[in-house]
Amino acid sequence: MAILVTPETKVLIQGITGAFGARHASLSLAYGTRVVAGVTPGKGGQLFENKIPIFDTVAEAVKQTGATASAVFVPPPFAADAILEGADAGLELVVAITEGIPVNDMVRVKRALQGRTTRLIGPNCPGIVTPGTGPQSSGGCRIGIAPGYIHRQGHVGVVSRSGTLTYEAVWQLTCRGVGQSTCVGIGGDPVNGTSHLDVVKLFMADPETHGIILIGEIGGAAEEEAAEWIARYGTKPVAGFIAGATAPPGRRMGHAGAIVSGGKGTAQAKIEAFRKAGIGVATTPSEMADTLLRMM
Amino acid sequence: MNIHEYQAKQLLAKHGVAVPAGEPCRTVDEARTAAEKLFAAGHTLAVIKSQIHAGGRGKGTFKHGFVGGVKLAHSVEETVHFADNMLGKVLVTKQTGPEGRLVQTILVAAAETIKKEFYLAVLLDRAVSRPLIMASTEGGVEIEEVAARTPGKIVREHVDPAVGLMPYQARKIASALGLKGDLFNQACKLITGVYKTWWESDASLVEINPLCIVAGPGGKEALVAVDAKVALDDNALFRHADILAMRDLAEESPLEVEASKFALNYIKLEGNIACLVNGAGLAMSTMDIIQHFGGDPANFLDVGGGASKEQVAAAFKIILSDPGVKAILVNIFGGIMDCNVIATGIVEAVRETGLKLPLVVRLEGNNVAAGKKTLAESGLTIIGGDSMSDAAQKVVKALKAA
Repeated sequence: MAILVTPETKVLIQGITGAFGARHASLSLAYGTRVVAGVTPGKGGQLFENKIPIFDTVAEAVKQTGATASAVFVPPPFAADAILEGADAGLELVVAITEGIPVNDMVRVKRALQGRTTRLIGPNCPGIVTPGTGPQSSGGCRIGIAPGYIHRQGHVGVVSRSGTLTYEAVWQLTCRGVGQSTCVGIGGDPVNGTSHLDVVKLFMADPETHGIILIGEIGGAAEEEAAEWIARYGTKPVAGFIAGATAPPGRRMGHAGAIVSGGKGTAQAKIEAFRKAGIGVATTPSEMADTLLRMM
Repeated sequence: MNIHEYQAKQLLAKHGVAVPAGEPCRTVDEARTAAEKLFAAGHTLAVIKSQIHAGGRGKGTFKHGFVGGVKLAHSVEETVHFADNMLGKVLVTKQTGPEGRLVQTILVAAAETIKKEFYLAVLLDRAVSRPLIMASTEGGVEIEEVAARTPGKIVREHVDPAVGLMPYQARKIASALGLKGDLFNQACKLITGVYKTWWESDASLVEINPLCIVAGPGGKEALVAVDAKVALDDNALFRHADILAMRDLAEESPLEVEASKFALNYIKLEGNIACLVNGAGLAMSTMDIIQHFGGDPANFLDVGGGASKEQVAAAFKIILSDPGVKAILVNIFGGIMDCNVIATGIVEAVRETGLKLPLVVRLEGNNVAAGKKTLAESGLTIIGGDSMSDAAQKVVKALKAA
């Protein structure tokens, strides 16, 4: 088992004919992920790489292929619409890769998803990987843009707001012969579908996950929220890292959500919350894997 | 994106928010005309406000010695005197840093008698992913200060994005501020207008501080946005051509503007070790790890997930334009992108710029062996780093040896 997706998950790609979507759809197929459909309005009836059917609507794609999860690669102005189309079609999981969606669009999307069963991951995220058992972890489920080959099937769960820091943590684990159950990038935007805490709860409930790496950064209070819950209900070792201790206040550090404003959302406060909750704090990003392995 | 106070007030006025009468002026002559109009209309006092994207203007000092970036003028002549001392001059405040900012525009506005000051703002509450209206009877003070000292004096009202701000919510806030009668009705209209400005402009912050009860000509009391700050969501500017036109490049760091042309995310800091990294989280933590090992980062620079050779070249030029830079650390985790492409880009950039500073490169990921070979065979003095820790320690050491 793993969380959110397994090698059996049937995936569709929204925006499969754009350069970005097409490239990563190909990489997911090469990884062995069951990409069963693509959606590009107006291109229904065509085939992607001569084999994957393309549909005009998500509803039609779901009806014809039984896909339960999607990756959204559509450009920012149309991304909110694409996410809600996926929810409307009854998808269990929508992973929004798109960077640069207006915050107010996400405020509306998040409100519209209330009371629905669809889970949104992202936006502005690398996506999810549940590694497989083949060579270089192939045969797994890769939704998004993460490099598949750095993974290895195993028992550590990784959750992060940052893409490359996730890869850094995963690669450290793999290099030490330690595999991952599932790796989840929740995205760097201030409004996202799934929080650190949501993913931590799933990992804690997953029998195949034995330890967790929790990677956060400045801005907001999602890391503190997760830490508080872990302090009370956590049953597995958790190692954490927070990026942005040297970031100047009031400046957005690349990610729309990475900003210290009005003295709130500092790295120091988050690290303090981690320590209080018994989370092992990696003092540098080079020590994320070792910090967790010492606790396991 | 940030905009000037006068532009913020133009946006607010468009949405029905009362602001003091006034005009932005770029020349002393314009200031004279604007002041003449105000005094002719019966106002007895004008306020002359330097327009820069930084706080602390009132207590700032100009480089030529003139004190105060915000002044009260009792006459047209006094206005002209102030305008002459502000326009084209450099104002230093606690937020500008010692280099200060050139004042190119001043706002000449009616300064009405202030009876009482309030605070009003709209922002995103990230914890619940909803807009939040904050108001307080403690105006003219920074809200963080009020939150720390008298948190009970802050009124908070969340807005459901599915229905928008309802009139009863504006009434609740107006009532909590203790407003009655005509002022109560004015407040409801103003709060609604401020919220609309936030939502319809895709702002990340609209802050009215102070929001004032003033006595206008004839003694009639009115509620007016005396100072205003608006910050906008960069991701939404594509649908606001009118607001994008308000961008003032002179207010932004020239290097940051240059970087944005190449889709590079660059923020200049005060240190001397430059970094070039792919991914925002990795870029932040590269700065952190430099500091952890006793160094001082010179910048944040995220070349993005799929950096090209051209971007690497542009990034090197930008880094080297900062005279404070004494060493460089490149940290690339090439998940999908080819490390050899990056390595080739680095070698070309080093040759082209004739780089003399210590350079440490840490490459990891796709095709990394070929990338490392390219660097090693280049004949250039490039120090390799095996991990982030190793690379950070090496760059700090190289700087000390240099």
